[in-house]
Amino acid sequence: MRYILATDVGSTTTKARFFSNESGEWRFVIAGEAPTTVEAPYEDVTLGVRNAVREVEELTGHRILAPDGSGIVVPYDGKMGVDLYCTTSSAGGGLQMMVAGLIKTMTAESANRAALGAGAIVMDVIARDDGRQPYQKIQRIRSLRPDMILLAGGTDGGATAHVVEIAELIKAAGPKPRLGAGYQLPIVYAGNKALQTQIEELMGSEFALTLVDNIRPVLEVENTEPARRAIHELFMEHVMSHAPGYTKLMKWTDVPIMPTPAGEGMAMQLIASVYKENVLGVGLGGATTNVYSVVDGRFVRSVSANLGMSYSVTNVMKSAGLPNIVRWLPFKIDEEEVANRLMNKMIRPTTIPQTLEDLIVEHAVAREALRLGLEHHKTIATRLKGIQVQRTISDMFEQELEETYIKMMIIDIIAGTGGLLSHAPRRIQSMFILTDAFQPEGVTKMFQDSVFMMPHLGVLSTVYREAAWNIFDKDCLVRLGTVIAPAGVGKLGDPVMTVELEMPGGETLKEEVKFGEIKRINLPERQDANAVITPQRGFDVGMGPGHKLEKKVMGGVAGVLLDGRGRPLQLPEDEGLRKELLVKWWQAIELYPMDELKELI
Amino acid sequence: MTITKTRRLPIPGEVFVEKGQKVNYYDIVARTEIPGDPEIVKVALLLGVEPEDLPRYMTKKVGDKVAKDEVIAAYNALFGLIKKRVPSPIDGTIESISDVTGQVIVRGLPVPVEVDAYIPGEVVEVLPREGAVIETNAAFIQGIFGIGGETHGEIKMAVKSPEEVLTPDNIMAGDKGKVLVGGSMVTLEALRKAAEVGVSCIVVGGIKHRDVTTFIGEEIGVAITGHEEVGLTLIVTEGFGEMKMSRRTFDLLKSFEGYLAAVNGATQIRAGVMRPEIIIPHNEFFEQSSVEELSAGMVPGTPVRIIRQPYFGAIGKVVSLPVELQKVQTESDVRVLEVELEDGRVVTVPRANVEIIEE
Repeated sequence: MRYILATDVGSTTTKARFFSNESGEWRFVIAGEAPTTVEAPYEDVTLGVRNAVREVEELTGHRILAPDGSGIVVPYDGKMGVDLYCTTSSAGGGLQMMVAGLIKTMTAESANRAALGAGAIVMDVIARDDGRQPYQKIQRIRSLRPDMILLAGGTDGGATAHVVEIAELIKAAGPKPRLGAGYQLPIVYAGNKALQTQIEELMGSEFALTLVDNIRPVLEVENTEPARRAIHELFMEHVMSHAPGYTKLMKWTDVPIMPTPAGEGMAMQLIASVYKENVLGVGLGGATTNVYSVVDGRFVRSVSANLGMSYSVTNVMKSAGLPNIVRWLPFKIDEEEVANRLMNKMIRPTTIPQTLEDLIVEHAVAREALRLGLEHHKTIATRLKGIQVQRTISDMFEQELEETYIKMMIIDIIAGTGGLLSHAPRRIQSMFILTDAFQPEGVTKMFQDSVFMMPHLGVLSTVYREAAWNIFDKDCLVRLGTVIAPAGVGKLGDPVMTVELEMPGGETLKEEVKFGEIKRINLPERQDANAVITPQRGFDVGMGPGHKLEKKVMGGVAGVLLDGRGRPLQLPEDEGLRKELLVKWWQAIELYPMDELKELI
Repeated sequence: MTITKTRRLPIPGEVFVEKGQKVNYYDIVARTEIPGDPEIVKVALLLGVEPEDLPRYMTKKVGDKVAKDEVIAAYNALFGLIKKRVPSPIDGTIESISDVTGQVIVRGLPVPVEVDAYIPGEVVEVLPREGAVIETNAAFIQGIFGIGGETHGEIKMAVKSPEEVLTPDNIMAGDKGKVLVGGSMVTLEALRKAAEVGVSCIVVGGIKHRDVTTFIGEEIGVAITGHEEVGLTLIVTEGFGEMKMSRRTFDLLKSFEGYLAAVNGATQIRAGVMRPEIIIPHNEFFEQSSVEELSAGMVPGTPVRIIRQPYFGAIGKVVSLPVELQKVQTESDVRVLEVELEDGRVVTVPRANVEIIEE
């Protein structure tokens, strides 16, 4: 094995990444990009793939494409070709699913998690108790044109009639597949196993039905893997084979085509498994925001289909509210002017900020998109509901309120990818945007994607884990640094913590951090420092309020941030004070060029 | 230029036109019937019987046509002392009777769906069971954002210059059914008056975010529009805020004042991009499509419009296209170009922030 080619067929751009193993070590060599050709007049994704690969060929002088146009030469024959070609895809809107289950917070929720985990955009979740009348559900199902449906319901040997009711509802609505009515809509049934024959009799003739093991065989267990695997197989067989050019592309690849978010999720899981720590990851895209968590080995993905930085930027404004965006701006700007600018970005999504003011506005929107994305993620990353536990009568009414297990104090790593984060002119900007939005607590390592290649490495990791990790570690993961942030709230100027850092050169730095203060310490990438963090009473860095923590902290291109702003982070209501603090923080960490910033204020 | 429009049914049906046939705006091209909404009736529950016994109590069988309130199931007990009847909630057909759930599905009457020609012209291709392709000679203007769907009307210039703002004073009672052309912006009051008067469509350079939100009654989240029912179609040609309409667009519309136009505000900015359009069918002259010219790409002299701050809306000509990446104020290294603006200033902007325009 000497050469690997991976592509991601995105909704607007096809990105080729070329990897080689020249001296016993796998490295990223070069990137090639070209517009995706899923739409008319081309309607053949392989043209875009070919163009992106041709750019790689031109930049490296290494020939990859077969001269007769038959695709990619595999394996490398000593002169041309690659030993492996794999790809992810989100062109044409990716994988769009509808899920259904019996109870909203139980089987329907498990089905939702399984579909999201498989890389799908979930268009709607239908449940018996979702508050809609049957006719409303039918109208909704009829108006959706999903690529696939995941139907769950009942534990094994549990509910029967109600599960069949949901199946009858779907059958009566007669949903049609998105990519043409010429084939049967795939349905994955992952409910009560005892009903498989009945479901087959009911739905087998009108849908392409796949029966898999129950997603909730018993209430205490969630078993999403068989459903996830079936979704991926059907994605290839039914969805991809009806998308323009994919039948050809499928013949080119050695590895099944994976939805882009599934590839990204694999990359996040790779980080978690290598570091053996809890990870919170995010892909902040133009149209969607995907949040991934791996906590105590449990992987969950959420997708906020309409939170993004270009196509969906006005939806961030709608969901967050303009005042929440404007609160991150230290200069005076009319709210209506911000709204008009964001509307203009939405209708011309490929433009980029030229002025510092415009960049800061985009960064403000990014904080809100990320904040909302995490909020959404927390509603999906919850403990299994419906499990019988001993409760008092009053507790029983609390069942709906069971919380997420995502607590920032237990998150060890935050990793970000996506255009805005990858293209931030200063790396500290992406680190600080992630910090403001996610509000890490305790000691948190911060990573980001160097150039967009997490999906590529994700799909590669399914076949060559070590090669994928080597490239990931050396060329993809940018170590931004570490954030040290005590949880707790105090008064401005009161002491929050003392941090002693034993630097790689042997010297010891001692920093006192006050409430409302932020400091940045240079500690280069691939260097560590031993830290002794002593929080004040009422502040916690992971060992309990006021308790000292000794820990190795990771250096990075942005260094170590000592964040004394408290958690939860609260921006002052007073406009003057808020703006003053923003500028103070930004100045302390050299977030933006200060001379230009001062002109704006 | 030659414009073709594919008029297609959502599901297969019957096509009424033939190749070579001349059609007008409202001529029906194709028709189909979409299966009616199903209604689920919990018959076993209503009769108080077990689901498996349901078939015994049904008075109608699968495939039977039923009228609203017609009895579909009946239960008699105690020599007729207890009588229970289940009526059909709608006119329709019995689709299924389940002895597992005890539910009966009554399918409503089919809903007819028709597709009209939208533009007058000639049928150049028939898509069997789906629709047809209509071709016409027309002037074509693409907007950047719109609301409201397909409509028609006579073009009328409501303002004198592309810089002028369209206010209620520019709208007359006689503008009912017209496609009104404004200048740099339309005010909320003007939109409201236009809807009241019955104006078909307003074409304008810009609109304030706040006004469009108030007019349609909700904030636009994701740009998938065309289904708003606000009494008119709105087509914005430049962007949000007060934006002078491009001189070429304004002059072209002016030269066709009095002509009938087919317009559509539907916008979709994501996979499958759709922008609003103004099609003005005519027989006077036959212009060449400018696609070839545009595909030649940017060269010195190409007219462009800047589509982002700090020169948003400015029009100029490309002076040079430096190969090397250049640092802009944000500190990003980007591909740039130099543009000479109409006022003579030469400015540097990222290539991503300009669009080629036709002179």
